[in-house]
Amino acid sequence: MTEVLDWIAIVLLLAGAALSFAAGVGLVRFPDLLSRMHTAAKPQIVGLALILAGIGLRLYPDPRVGVLALILLFQIFTVPVASHIAGRVAYRTGRVRSDLIAVDELQEQLDRD
Amino acid sequence: MTYLWIAIAVLLGAASLLGMARLVVGPTILDRALSVDVLLASAIAGIGAWAAFHRDPTVLPVLLVLSLLGFVGSISISRFVARKQRDKAESHERSGTP
Repeated sequence: MTEVLDWIAIVLLLAGAALSFAAGVGLVRFPDLLSRMHTAAKPQIVGLALILAGIGLRLYPDPRVGVLALILLFQIFTVPVASHIAGRVAYRTGRVRSDLIAVDELQEQLDRD
Repeated sequence: MTYLWIAIAVLLGAASLLGMARLVVGPTILDRALSVDVLLASAIAGIGAWAAFHRDPTVLPVLLVLSLLGFVGSISISRFVARKQRDKAESHERSGTP
């Protein structure tokens, strides 16, 4: 039984590490801040959830795995807020490449106001 | 199974190196803040993988602290950039240049 749980855990950890790697590649290769934010969000939520599930399966009978749920909860609450503020500041201070945006509804809204 | 653990470590190390490359290249401060976020996510994943490898739950509070620290860091950098931009606009207004 422990053997099976270990294999599942290592597959989950591998998937989380692969998402981290994908974020690193996207960070280097993508052209502007908004697309980099898109790729950077993957390991912060999904990758972290996979890693934490892997840790939980490895530590399974230990009662301290409850901390893992707390970590994921904090991350789910804080990451969208931080990304929202970073994206808002990037747009308002003109650090977004407008030639890469197909539909810019925010600019239309700002022009109307 | 050992090879899979090594693969996890290599993937996380490569992710950190790529994030470090973006941290050096820039070009804006928000790009750097974003790459610090990714580095922090890699660090959380790495410490978590260490805990899973050794079956050692003593480092889990470190993960808790790191997940909150990233939030404070990126929020304060964003607010700092917004404040600086506004100050610049106001000083332009006062001196009469656009």
